[in-house]
Amino acid sequence: MNAVRRGLGNGAVQAFLVLIGLVWMTPLAGLFLSSLRSAEDTAKGGWWTVFSSPGQLSFDNYSSLLGNAGITQAFWNTVLISVPTTVLVVVIAALAGYAFAWLDFPGRETVFLVVVALLVVPVQIGLLPVAKLFGQLGLFGTIPGVVLFHVAYGLPFAVFLLRNYFAEMPKEMLEAARMDGGSEWRIFTRLVLPVGRPAIASLAIFQFLWVWNDMLVALLFADSASQPLTVELQSQIRQFGSNIDVLAPGAFVSLVVPVVVFFAFQRHFVQGVMAGSVK
Amino acid sequence: MTATLVKETSSPPPGPVADRTRRLRRRGKIIALLFVLPALLLLGALVVYPVLFSIGRSFFDASGTSFVGGDNYAEMFRDPATLKAVRNTAIWVVIAPALLTGLGLILAVLVEKVRWATAFKLLLFMPMAVSFLAAGIIFRLAYDEDPDKGVLNAAVVSVHDAFKGESSYPTARARDAHGLTKEKDGSYRTSTSVAPGDAVALGLVGVQPDDLPGGAESAYAAAGRKAGPDELRGVVYLDFTPGGGGEQGKVDRRESGLPEMKVEAVRDGETIATTTTAADGSFRFQGLASGSYEVRLPSSNFAQPYEGVSWLGPALVTPAIIGAYLWIWTGFAMVLIGAGLSTLPRDALEAARMDGANEWQIFRRITVPLLAPVLSVVFITLVINVMKVFDLVYIIAPGPVQEDATVLATQMWLVSFGGGNNQGLGSALGVLLLLLVVPAMVFNVRRFRRSQR
Repeated sequence: MNAVRRGLGNGAVQAFLVLIGLVWMTPLAGLFLSSLRSAEDTAKGGWWTVFSSPGQLSFDNYSSLLGNAGITQAFWNTVLISVPTTVLVVVIAALAGYAFAWLDFPGRETVFLVVVALLVVPVQIGLLPVAKLFGQLGLFGTIPGVVLFHVAYGLPFAVFLLRNYFAEMPKEMLEAARMDGGSEWRIFTRLVLPVGRPAIASLAIFQFLWVWNDMLVALLFADSASQPLTVELQSQIRQFGSNIDVLAPGAFVSLVVPVVVFFAFQRHFVQGVMAGSVK
Repeated sequence: MTATLVKETSSPPPGPVADRTRRLRRRGKIIALLFVLPALLLLGALVVYPVLFSIGRSFFDASGTSFVGGDNYAEMFRDPATLKAVRNTAIWVVIAPALLTGLGLILAVLVEKVRWATAFKLLLFMPMAVSFLAAGIIFRLAYDEDPDKGVLNAAVVSVHDAFKGESSYPTARARDAHGLTKEKDGSYRTSTSVAPGDAVALGLVGVQPDDLPGGAESAYAAAGRKAGPDELRGVVYLDFTPGGGGEQGKVDRRESGLPEMKVEAVRDGETIATTTTAADGSFRFQGLASGSYEVRLPSSNFAQPYEGVSWLGPALVTPAIIGAYLWIWTGFAMVLIGAGLSTLPRDALEAARMDGANEWQIFRRITVPLLAPVLSVVFITLVINVMKVFDLVYIIAPGPVQEDATVLATQMWLVSFGGGNNQGLGSALGVLLLLLVVPAMVFNVRRFRRSQR
């Protein structure tokens, strides 16, 4: 009796979760199907009409996207912004994280507390002053400027995460390495970095996605030659409705990279996002 | 350098060793500083300095030339647009985190009961990888007001029509003096009365051939049929021959019937019988008592169709954007709460089950109280994130309703860069955003110090 009731209950739970799953998939499926339809078809009816007339589907939008110089340039800009940012954040934060965890220097505790406090500082507060600063330095409107801004605002979390991870390393391990006469640099590259690989992987993935998906920072700091895909697409949104054949495939291209990263590195991704949520 | 040399000679036995350690220590400090220097330089120049600069700048006017004290902060609560942003941010903070935590909790508990939990979690977490821009475009599509384009309104309209019935011919009308008279309520009736045994042809115009329902058939054959003695029959047709030709007021060979049209037989103002036209537009009333009738096409045939909900109109735009935000963040809440759930003591739950507690009691009395710390972490995290929401609002809200949807972060942007160009007020808004997250800052620092003890 009880088992029957539990079975029925479980059926209802399954049905409910299937429903939620479908609801969650619909927006993405809608975008993908829209990206495969011509502008004329989109003007006539919704993407669900493809189920009755699949002849609408074609990759024409994607091939014309390849010929769209603005979009392809913006795609490469996105790569040129997110990859260097990720590398720089990881390297700089690993160096600092190791120093905060194991090296001795005056004010170490206090400075690290400041870093912890900076974790939640909103990027908005940096926009105006850094824009002025970059204007004086000639960095405004350039890719290096966008990268530097991202690196700075990625650092508090990165340093925090790596310092805490490195601090968990057994003390004996480091002391043994020091007794063997290894320089700090050698210890850092040969011991600390390999041991810290899981944390570094999570950080790198989180940072990469954060920057790949950013629009706000690039909206201000990039000019039309250095703007990433998000900004390029955003600038076309004003004519929303008339250019779905550019927006939908463009948005899909911009989200394919993060989603592939997500499925390829599920565990690191989830850990990175969880840890990064303190931001 | 010389000083150390002198020291070295003046304190013989322990000297070289002590000095060596001191020198090593100093060397170590220099190395340590080299390790942290890049990080500290960047943080100092691009994070700490801007915070201080913004705080200072917020006390100056738009151009930055004269000191205005707290005027910018007072302005925030005077300027209607900024006040609107403060209000909307408050709505976000009150609604979104609570909704997300609740939804995440329910899903985390339920998903434990199915075998495909991992797949479900992955699916719901995936939107976290999608940029706000892409999500914004996705939801602009979904929220499109035209039910033929926006999936949400398509769903709403089909549900509505399933219950209320849909009207198929909003544009249809009758030609004057061709046998149909228009009533005040929008319905049509036959101009002359009819009796059982009659057959009528009711011609309408104003329907685009493209708008005809898919199954519509030619009305010609049906129009030729005679009615039985106690039968009133007829045909409702589109009095328009595609490509021209055809005679007005007559059912021509290529003219289409209007299917799914409601038809009423009325006697003395009372509706006696109701029917619906077939694919060829024909209808018939059987078993009518003799007498004089009117045939009426009620106004519901011609009502404007239900157009669904104006999701991105001024009234609903903020809830609509919060809906998009839920799509992105529910997976996050669910996975984090699920992780907390897996650390709960199994035996406590089992013991409760043995004692005969039902699932709801277990959820209410054991799961939720034990999860309280995790729930509060999720909640606080979401509050911090919600206060800074920018991209989604910026993308989803169409130009004309942007000011109805504005939040602190978008307002800060508009005021500083998007035409407002008031950097004093902009800085003050930035400082307000910073002040709002100060509790979280204190919380983080405290938690860290406690963990170090």
